[in-house]
Amino acid sequence: MKRTLARIYVWLLLLLLYAPIIFIMVSSFTEARALGNWTGFSTGLYRSLFEGDMAGAHSLSMAFKNTIFIALVSAAAATALGTTAAIGIHNLRGRIRKSVKMANSVPMLNPDVITGVSLFLLFVFLGISQGYLTVILAHISFCTPYVVLNVMPKLRQMNPNLYEAALDLGASPIRATTKVVLPQLRPGMVSGFIMAFTMSLDDFAVTFFTRGTIGLETLSTYIYADARKGGLTPELRPLMTIIFLVILLLLAVISFKNRKNVNQI
Amino acid sequence: MDNNRTAIEICNLSKSFGDKKILDNINLKIRQGEFVTLLGPSGCGKTTLLRIIGGFTEPDSGTVLLDGRDISSMPPYRRPLNTVFQRYALFPHLDVFDNVAFGLKIQGLKDDEIDKRVRKMLKMVTLSDYEDRDISSLSGGQQQRVAIARALVNYPKVLLLDEPLSALDLKMRKDMQIELKEIHDKLGITFIYVTHDQEEALTLSDTVVVINEGRIQQTGTPADIYNEPQNSFVADFIGESNILNGKMICDRRVEFAGHAFDCVDEGFGENVPVDVVVRPEDIYIVGQTSAGQFTATVKSRTFKGVHYEMFVETDTGNELMIQDYNSFEPGSEVGLIIKPQDIQVMKKERVCNTFSGRMTDSTHVEMLGGVWECLPQQDLEPGAAVRVEVDFNKVDMVDNLDDGTVTGEAHFILYKGDHYHIDILSDEGWHIYADTTYVWDKGDLIGISILPKDLRISRSDEN
Amino acid sequence: MKIKRNAWSIPYIVFLIIFVVFPLILVGIYALADADGNFTFANVARFFSDSDALSTLALSLDIAIETTALCLLIGYPVAWILANREFNHSGVTIVLFILPMWMNALIRTLATAQLFNMLGFTPGRGTLLAGMTYDFLPFMIYPIYNVLLKTDQSYCEAAADLGASPFKVFRKVVLPLSMPGVLSGVMMVFMPTVSTFAISEFLTNNKIKLFGTIIQENINSSMWNYGAALSLLMLIIIGITAFVATDERDTEEQGGSAV
Repeated sequence: MKRTLARIYVWLLLLLLYAPIIFIMVSSFTEARALGNWTGFSTGLYRSLFEGDMAGAHSLSMAFKNTIFIALVSAAAATALGTTAAIGIHNLRGRIRKSVKMANSVPMLNPDVITGVSLFLLFVFLGISQGYLTVILAHISFCTPYVVLNVMPKLRQMNPNLYEAALDLGASPIRATTKVVLPQLRPGMVSGFIMAFTMSLDDFAVTFFTRGTIGLETLSTYIYADARKGGLTPELRPLMTIIFLVILLLLAVISFKNRKNVNQI
Repeated sequence: MDNNRTAIEICNLSKSFGDKKILDNINLKIRQGEFVTLLGPSGCGKTTLLRIIGGFTEPDSGTVLLDGRDISSMPPYRRPLNTVFQRYALFPHLDVFDNVAFGLKIQGLKDDEIDKRVRKMLKMVTLSDYEDRDISSLSGGQQQRVAIARALVNYPKVLLLDEPLSALDLKMRKDMQIELKEIHDKLGITFIYVTHDQEEALTLSDTVVVINEGRIQQTGTPADIYNEPQNSFVADFIGESNILNGKMICDRRVEFAGHAFDCVDEGFGENVPVDVVVRPEDIYIVGQTSAGQFTATVKSRTFKGVHYEMFVETDTGNELMIQDYNSFEPGSEVGLIIKPQDIQVMKKERVCNTFSGRMTDSTHVEMLGGVWECLPQQDLEPGAAVRVEVDFNKVDMVDNLDDGTVTGEAHFILYKGDHYHIDILSDEGWHIYADTTYVWDKGDLIGISILPKDLRISRSDEN
Repeated sequence: MKIKRNAWSIPYIVFLIIFVVFPLILVGIYALADADGNFTFANVARFFSDSDALSTLALSLDIAIETTALCLLIGYPVAWILANREFNHSGVTIVLFILPMWMNALIRTLATAQLFNMLGFTPGRGTLLAGMTYDFLPFMIYPIYNVLLKTDQSYCEAAADLGASPFKVFRKVVLPLSMPGVLSGVMMVFMPTVSTFAISEFLTNNKIKLFGTIIQENINSSMWNYGAALSLLMLIIIGITAFVATDERDTEEQGGSAV
């Protein structure tokens, strides 16, 4: 009885939570221009998304390419920066360690608006013209803390003598790091990269403030501009459906692989 | 206090987790005021038994009676029992005082009464000035005392202790053992104590209950358990012992290690295979070989502080462990004497492996989750249910798992003077017993094969 | 010779100073300067004399607090149920609660708003609260679930052993022990809701303007100094919340991947 009630509560909430997503997915299979209208089943939106023969499809595909490009570059840079940083922080002690860790948590706590405004002011102050570079730098700044956070536990789990053992066996510090330490950190780096990638993909506010006036659009800013104009480009529905499903697939593959690794140990 | 009244009675208790039988028909009576220890290796079911008494785990069948009343279906918070948990489970968000006062507050006692009882109890466990301390600031020993105080402050009818000292270092453990014993003597409350440490069990208890594989192996006073183990598991688990294959020639006469000895045991029958236990301190060793009942050569000698521990090889090739105050050089010939009352004869639990199986064709039998080749069986049709017997020394064990018809792991190993008796737990959960002179370690993975001629097959009486 | 590996943190420390610490200082500098760069309190003073801005801030705080309370009220039972072995044995259900976060928040919010619209709800305070609760519920559930899951079952058993009924076990042991999770959940919901922009406009059809929107409008219309002053104010609110909620807890322990 108690169990049934609990189950009903959980699944009812899940149903409500997923309603908007299902709504988007379902309406990606009709050609009605306005979200919520149903003009019969059709895969037309998917076709025009890939062929680009509907009005606005070109700028949408540009926005999509920008989003992916920015997310890939930022996530890769954040992973490199965050992993080196994690190794460094792991070997720091005392007050410095504490303050670096605090500074590292600031971008995660900071609301997007503040991060966006503060970086906007920075670029204005430094006189850097805003565009791809500033957006990517901004994305790196709020993505890296998540990489650090994912790599740090792996460093703590690692046998501290591992690195010394490699040196003892004649490996140079660089070889010891790349051949012994990095493989141990890889799971953390991978999950850090994915978190960074999805954070960047999903970002709106920070991009909004740092993209300048060169007309750079990502999916988020494109949707925002679209919505302000009063109607969503219909092709967004199939596009967002596909992106969501691809990410789900990616997550499933990774968690499956992780589980397999755990089982092997 | 009436010391013969039964406080806790456990009747026909069984419990399984999935396929695994944790407790198998447990029956036990615990007297009022008794200090009872449930002793056994990890995974033997002792903690599950304690948790069933405490109400945290529900038995599949059987009952728990407290003062004659069935409490099997009573939730833990209604049972007048309290538990000292393995890692104490002290509430981290409460200080020492509030931890100890927790149960009394739940009962809704008045503040001044709570205050009085908590302070009294903290005084008893010598933590009087620690009321306001955080749990995390206490040492392991102090946390242990708080856990005991928190349980005892409720005046439970029975105190359950789940390996309470296992997290402490050796010195602290010894001190706490003495303290626990004193608390028990002072309060007269029934203690049920779970441990895997045989020394702890022998030191503390009025009664020791030895448990293995979900069954009670033996119940008795520490002296009974030590001096008269009822089976080879108890003999091996409690203290050091020489366990040997023997043969009961007739009443009061037993043969082992190639010699016949007088003993005090009767009623086994004539020429019956038995296990014989002799404690290493019960073998008398003399320099004059003619003065001994039989002779041996000293193989090794280790000084152990109070005594010397020596391994000798008898004239018939058995190895024995001997503890004695006198030292004999390795290589020297010695005489050995074993007194009749120091020989403990035990019925053998089994004399060969007995498996049930099914013929797949005239030269193959399916059993233990594998298909085995056997000698042609003319009178058994495929599908016939059969009983297969295999002698212990015909079970062939190999390192290479692929060479075995089935695989398993070494589950329990008994040294029997000139060979090892190994209990192999197969992957499918069957027990296979094997004798070998090869050294295996507990947990080793083993491939098992048996020659066709060593399978003794007969039609099963069942169905 | 051993190479000092703590030196590896230097690039990131430099990066943090340039892209995190310094920009925040810049917010302060711009907030306390006029358009020509002279020191002034005028921007701050202007905010406190602007009744519209003041009421927007009050409304934002109000909405954020209510959203947080709603998320806690709805989310705690979910976390409790999912962390309870009696009801749930697998870790899959919790993942289902987190997955919606991987759909772009804007389009998810637009769809939510459209759903509300189709169901006949008039855009306004109600749809705003409901929509924001939708968006941020996972942020509340996950940390509470994590703490509850890590809570040793033996604490509950010990409490039951000492006579506490299931309800008392919850009130006296489970709830206090889950407070760290509740606090980080509150923080993770309150911070983005109090500063949100765009989302509130979508959900209310531009009827309700929140504080984040005002900041954005000012920055976009080149009122940098006033925008910076508003941001500074927001920063102070966030700082106080973070200070109250974190208390000596190590952020590192809270982290971990959702993957």
